[in-house]
Amino acid sequence: MARERRFKGGEIPTSSMADIAFLLLIFFLVTTTIDMDKGLGMVLPAEGEELEINKKNILNCLINSSGKVLLGGEPVDIKNLSKRVRQKLAENDKLVISVKAHGASGYKDYVKVIDQLKQANATRISIAESD
Amino acid sequence: MKFNRKTKLDSEIPTASMPDIIFMLLIFFMVTTVLREYSGLPISLPKAKRIEKLKSKRHTAHVWVSKDGLISIEDKIYKADGVRHIMYEKRVEDPQLVVSLKADERAKMGLVSDIHTELRKADALKLNYSSKTAVD
Repeated sequence: MARERRFKGGEIPTSSMADIAFLLLIFFLVTTTIDMDKGLGMVLPAEGEELEINKKNILNCLINSSGKVLLGGEPVDIKNLSKRVRQKLAENDKLVISVKAHGASGYKDYVKVIDQLKQANATRISIAESD
Repeated sequence: MKFNRKTKLDSEIPTASMPDIIFMLLIFFMVTTVLREYSGLPISLPKAKRIEKLKSKRHTAHVWVSKDGLISIEDKIYKADGVRHIMYEKRVEDPQLVVSLKADERAKMGLVSDIHTELRKADALKLNYSSKTAVD
């Protein structure tokens, strides 16, 4: 015995489709975060690539464990570092700045120093291994 | 004086294709957004002014360094001398690799310096010190 069908021809209501799709769209817009990675760029020297540089063209920049900076033998305030480096670069454009940080010094100070050097448009930055 | 409209236009925005348009937008957003792959370590990044954006997420490998000296790559904790191995493999897979160093501002330079040495040995030379934008 076959059962009698009561409804003939059912339809999915499509009028609310747009609303549902909108809701999904808003959900995805809200939940996704576009966080761009940004930071200070640096290119490390290749392993075993050690260049002999004339002593006149080296500017030592030392960071001690309490975050104080010594530029070419003189203590310098971090805020004035870019100004000083710019002066030195104007005197000698072949200058290579060698940054050397004490092992116990903070990464924060190191980033500050690199940032200051970048602000002084110093392109030749060398990172000496800290001891 | 009253203005009379001469022509009575029957103007309506067609709404029949609305779901299709919205679905297309939805699919666009679903495809273009990249979800975060790794959770990393809790860190507070240092601040800097002269920052540059990383070009592509696909060519970026993240190295997290916490203030306690933990190193995390792809949510695994490594010792400083273990960085070389994994970075070398990544470098072989992708020659355009840029390493994004997400180190806490309180991390010690001794460890960061060790990572520098390891990266040099792994030939992953393009480095980016991840930092926030400093405001004056």
